Amino acid sequence: MENKTPAVKMRNITKVFAGKVVANDKVWLDIYRGEILALLGENGSGKTTLMNMLSGIYFPDEGTITIDGKDVVIRSPKDAFALGIGMIHQHFKLVDVLTAAENIVLGLEGKLDLKTAEREIREICDKYGFEVDPNQKIYDMSVSQKQTVEIVKVLYRGADILILDEPTAVLTPQETDKLFAVLRNMRESGKAIVIITHKMHEVEALSDRVAILRHGQFVGDMLTKNTNAQEMTNMMVGHAVTLNIDRPEPVDPKPRIIVEGLTVRSEDGIVKLDDVSFTANAGEILGIAGISGCGQKELLEAIAGLQPVEHGSIRYIEDNGEEEELLGKDPLAISNMGVSLSFVPEDRLGMGLVGNMDLADNMMLRSFRRGHSLFADRRFPRDLAQTVVEELDVSTPGISTPVRRLSGGNVQKVLVGREIASAPTVLLTAYAVRGLDINSSYTIYDLINRQKQAGVAVIYVGEDLDVLLELADRILVLCGGKVSGIVPGRGASKRDVGMMMTRLGGNGNA
Amino acid sequence: MHEKTHNPLIHISKRSAMPWYTAWAIRGIALVAALVVCAIVSVIVTGEDPFQIYATIFEGSFGSSRKVWMLLQNIAILLCVALALTPAFKMRFWNLGGEGQMLVGGLATAACMILLAGKIPNWLLIVLMVAASILAGAIWGMIPAIFKAKWNTNETLFTLMMNYVATQLVAYFIILWEVPKGAGQIGIINQKTEAGWLPMLFGQKYMLNVLIVALICVAMYVYLKYSKHGYEISVVGESERTARYVGIKVGKVIIRTMLLSGALCGFAGMLLVGGTEHTLTTTITAGRGFTAVMVSWLAKFNPIWMVLTSFLIVFLSRGAGQIATNFGLSPSFADILTGVILFFIIGSEFFINYKLNFRKHEAKEG
Repeated sequence: MENKTPAVKMRNITKVFAGKVVANDKVWLDIYRGEILALLGENGSGKTTLMNMLSGIYFPDEGTITIDGKDVVIRSPKDAFALGIGMIHQHFKLVDVLTAAENIVLGLEGKLDLKTAEREIREICDKYGFEVDPNQKIYDMSVSQKQTVEIVKVLYRGADILILDEPTAVLTPQETDKLFAVLRNMRESGKAIVIITHKMHEVEALSDRVAILRHGQFVGDMLTKNTNAQEMTNMMVGHAVTLNIDRPEPVDPKPRIIVEGLTVRSEDGIVKLDDVSFTANAGEILGIAGISGCGQKELLEAIAGLQPVEHGSIRYIEDNGEEEELLGKDPLAISNMGVSLSFVPEDRLGMGLVGNMDLADNMMLRSFRRGHSLFADRRFPRDLAQTVVEELDVSTPGISTPVRRLSGGNVQKVLVGREIASAPTVLLTAYAVRGLDINSSYTIYDLINRQKQAGVAVIYVGEDLDVLLELADRILVLCGGKVSGIVPGRGASKRDVGMMMTRLGGNGNA
Repeated sequence: MHEKTHNPLIHISKRSAMPWYTAWAIRGIALVAALVVCAIVSVIVTGEDPFQIYATIFEGSFGSSRKVWMLLQNIAILLCVALALTPAFKMRFWNLGGEGQMLVGGLATAACMILLAGKIPNWLLIVLMVAASILAGAIWGMIPAIFKAKWNTNETLFTLMMNYVATQLVAYFIILWEVPKGAGQIGIINQKTEAGWLPMLFGQKYMLNVLIVALICVAMYVYLKYSKHGYEISVVGESERTARYVGIKVGKVIIRTMLLSGALCGFAGMLLVGGTEHTLTTTITAGRGFTAVMVSWLAKFNPIWMVLTSFLIVFLSRGAGQIATNFGLSPSFADILTGVILFFIIGSEFFINYKLNFRKHEAKEG
């Protein structure tokens, strides 16, 4: 492999945003055919920016891109396609009401010939081992099927340099294995593949070569077999880090929230939660595992009073043993009852925070009602913002910066900081570390653990099974809106939990 | 030039925040550029001396003390409507029904003046006029708000259509109250008694209007910026999901805010009928409900800046009118000039928010 010439050479690539944020600083990158390259780096290290320049979404301020020895200029995604470069983004760009085949040919020039297209799609699928029905509508598909359509779309358009931006973030372990098998087939047929990921074990399992970025600069690349997770992590972060997540023993666990027979339907009548029952204990982390869209969101929102419920009950047990029904109450009513319930939702900027408001005004979301005055107290949120910035080490120009300008990790610190500031007794978190780099993730795990030790009942919805298995005291597995099982976190096997995610109870041959 | 192998000539990128003085410098440059273009257009089309045309524009607003008061009076009403629309806009509720809300406010005022004049003391009449106009505007604003809150109807269309209903309603009452019978118009109401006419203040006919609107302006600024309601409005406007998440009752905020918005529009209608025009026609609002949209947007929903933007727009339109009179030009020519100036002012916002990057000539490496 060492003697090959790179398919893509990026040299001295520099990209500066808004005149001051240096996203990429003289980055070098080689991409080879017949190889899977893992592009690693913390949040904000410039991985996605770099790949966006290759796929024509951004235009570099400086530097050259060479493809098969020829200098090229990529001004638009169209140019990129003409050069055989295709990118699969984290957010799929598919039209729901069209079929897979229709989505794949959408926007192509020339005569529309779905029959031929379908045949060609099937050929591609057979060649690499995809499972796609060209006539299936997108809205009928699972996340993993949608992703497959995106990949086939790129291949259909003739791409032989593929870029995948965090493709496994939305997949179950089984689906991930399938994706990896397909990617290996593509590698064998001589395609160049780049995958952006945060998960070390995937890098080790899949890639041939890793390239690492740190703060927009190229740190180095090497063959995967010559390195290990610890070394790669150290290179990403810039200093040595430990990769173990603490799991202190539960503190005096006693029931805090008892959910019984919870059934939720979405607005269009689909059952999202089906007869879900469980108990969340104080001083304990209850992990919720499941394929995305299996009712995790509805479950948390039902507890938080944001989701209409068909039937069931959600009881809150106070320290003195008194029980109160939370169902049918909105967030205001719940807090008026004196229940201090904090919720870190999945959609940070669309629900938990207001992107256009500054840090102080976002802190005010929880406190603005205080007092009887017509005017809101602005002093308290300002002080709180200052405290959160200092204690959680939020990197921001100041507390009057709109939160949408902060990076993902800092946005999450602001949100978590505000939610735990109210000394909650229940803490709900959804994908608390999604998209966060290693350092920020460990900060969040640490904060959650401290809440647990303070006697808070933590419900932690996660997608990374490795983390759930290390962090949670008990794991509730959801499958299609039903409880597939509740297992203790200590000693649970990833394989079993993965099985339970795809099949109720996890029995049988999945 | 071999386009294919070169960087694009221009690419557009979003700016980060720009200091306020740079932003205002850009707006200033836009205004100057607009005046230059206007001058060129004037010379080509009319052959008149552009400086005289500018002098005339100025004269339109500041030519005499009467003109200054007309300017102030027009600013006051326009500003009042813009202030009324602003809380709705901050909530991203596109209230395009300012016209209708003003009209029903004016209608309620006229009804009081016509039906109650002479029957009750004048001060009571004015109090009733104020109350009736506020109530009428509030109802007109609340109807689309309720539909939005309950069934998520599109407020833009709804408020717009309410304008036509209001116009027809006014047309009906004009026929009912027309003086003399068959004239098809109401004429000046209570011309002899001046019952229900807003009183003069310090010997100035329009002083009261101006003072009231100035007060509303400051109050609106404080309301939006410092009150709990103002904060709720911002949160609902930015993200309804976030609002629900923290327990803000979105429907309640929408209805409450539109009550305020409609009430203030209705009050503006009262100022128009009771304070300046003393009559009622279907076109009495002169499109202010729509012009105010621009006033509010140009000022980025900041009530204090709105004083400036409403001044600018009234100044331009009065100047344009003056040109038409002095030079015997068609009023459409004045509209062209106003259009050119607004084009530049609105266009300058593009340069404040975005940056054009021109290709740099650089030595290419091999």
